[in-house]
Amino acid sequence: MSSIGTAARTGFARGGIELRQTFSNVTDLWTYLFPAVLLVGTVFFMRNATVPGTDISLGARTLPSTFGMGIAFAGLMTVATLLVTDREDGTLLRAKATPNGMSGYLVGKIVLVGGMTACSFLLQLVPGLFLVDGLSVDAGGWLTLLWLVPLGFVATMPLGAVIGSVIDSARNLGLIMLPLIGLVAISGIFYPISAMPGWLQGVAQGFPVYWLGLGMRSVFLPDASTAAELGHSWRQLETAGVLGLWAVAGLILAPAVLRRMARRESGSAVAARREKAMQRPVG
Amino acid sequence: MTTSTGALREATGTPLGEPVLEVRGLRMRYGSTDVLRGLDFSARRGEVVAVLGPNGAGKTTTIEILEGFRMRSAGDVRVLGVDPAVGGERWRARLGVVLQSWRDHSKWRVRELLHHLGTYYAGYSTPERRRPWPVDDLIEVVGLAGQAQQRVGRLSGGQRRRLDVAIGIVGRPELLFLDEPTVGFDPSARRDFHDLVHRLTDVDETTVVLTTHDLDEAEKLADRIVILAGGRIIADGSADELSRRIARESEIRWTRDGNRYVHSAADATRFVRDLFRQYGDGIGDLEVRRAGLEETYMTLVRDFEAGRSASAVSAFEEAL
Repeated sequence: MSSIGTAARTGFARGGIELRQTFSNVTDLWTYLFPAVLLVGTVFFMRNATVPGTDISLGARTLPSTFGMGIAFAGLMTVATLLVTDREDGTLLRAKATPNGMSGYLVGKIVLVGGMTACSFLLQLVPGLFLVDGLSVDAGGWLTLLWLVPLGFVATMPLGAVIGSVIDSARNLGLIMLPLIGLVAISGIFYPISAMPGWLQGVAQGFPVYWLGLGMRSVFLPDASTAAELGHSWRQLETAGVLGLWAVAGLILAPAVLRRMARRESGSAVAARREKAMQRPVG
Repeated sequence: MTTSTGALREATGTPLGEPVLEVRGLRMRYGSTDVLRGLDFSARRGEVVAVLGPNGAGKTTTIEILEGFRMRSAGDVRVLGVDPAVGGERWRARLGVVLQSWRDHSKWRVRELLHHLGTYYAGYSTPERRRPWPVDDLIEVVGLAGQAQQRVGRLSGGQRRRLDVAIGIVGRPELLFLDEPTVGFDPSARRDFHDLVHRLTDVDETTVVLTTHDLDEAEKLADRIVILAGGRIIADGSADELSRRIARESEIRWTRDGNRYVHSAADATRFVRDLFRQYGDGIGDLEVRRAGLEETYMTLVRDFEAGRSASAVSAFEEAL
């Protein structure tokens, strides 16, 4: 139906406008720059270190891993945060009051989060290339990017939406931030996973963060670098498999949870949240 | 019996299509609390209906059920001929909802936001109703021409409310819901808003359902007033009908021999007639004021609450 086409087009327009808005205020610019500065700094100090037992540069290994982490963070944390704040301030209720507004809203968020991730990615990649040697992308790498990035988003965004639907206040977002940071710590992003105890390696391999990091390393590092990986392989089949399972789980869960959340949105629900937020102590 | 019904039907003529809004036996129950206990009311095309009532009377719940934002417990509800519980996007496009905003879309510019929200309605345009409302006309109509390029987050409270109204009508709705539309308006913004509502109902034949605490506003805007209390409709009629029904005493003021007099009487006409018979030309500055909607409303709610406590007492006595 044409109205669905309209919703998709409006959603893209919406995402584009909101993406442009992120370049025109200090807070948003800071959320682009801060991680980039932090990361490039980290990579800078790592530039002479190598992965123990190999001659692979630790910096060259870390940079692509963090791109994987970036996708996981954007898909889970950014999506959840946007959903919670948009619910709190009534953006979502407006979408609900508009024909096809919810579809437009969701398409818009996907475009926004995808665009924001791409910008952060460039901000980290470009300075990073000057600092570390040994990063290159061959034809196979480009091909991997083509399926890995979309799959990474599909594996994380629906889950982020589920989290954002379940959490009812911006204050409680910290509840998921901590476990996510813990997950990053054990997922071999900043240090090879082989340094972890076996059971932690097992836990990490159940979640998308490890696989996104691994997938990104497979794109940017030469095949010889698999020496520092589990099984001495990029394990692309397993990467696609685990991410695919998360994607299926998210896509099964998200529509029902989102629908339930949207059904409960009403003027009085927003008013109640506003009341609660107003009483929240400042700072 | 049948002939008289037939004659009546002939006299009233054929109904002009379905009413825009029809509610029969609407009930809402949260857990063991009854919030709405069987509401019946309807609205015709182009009519402005104000829903009044004390806090907790069920106004917001009623509006949210009609908007399709809340599921009812029982009763039959038709909004533009559709059950709002199952209303689809096409139905949604014919409705306008003015929400109490807070800080949503604060990074957007006024014109940009209205233009964007308008595009959702483009697919639902009909020859009779061109959707959406052209954005620059709309901005002009709600009086935000000077703020078209301003960020939404920088608008004043009154400007923000006008934007809320603009968002509510951008799809040229057939039925518009307004929940406390003029909270935070200064008197001139309020007057502009009232003019806008009149324009919507006159030009576009938009039906308007609004809740308000401002009785003066209800009296000025509404063709019909529905008063809710304790989850029931305790009165339904025009402001005039309601104040007639309550038949409060009117206040009569006059001067005679340089003195001012004030008197309250149930039958003001008779009192004034007697006054002139007695003093004739000695009477000056005569004023007769019938009880306004505010007094009527207060009386209705007070009587309802007294009645409820009385019935509670009798139930208690029966239990003994």
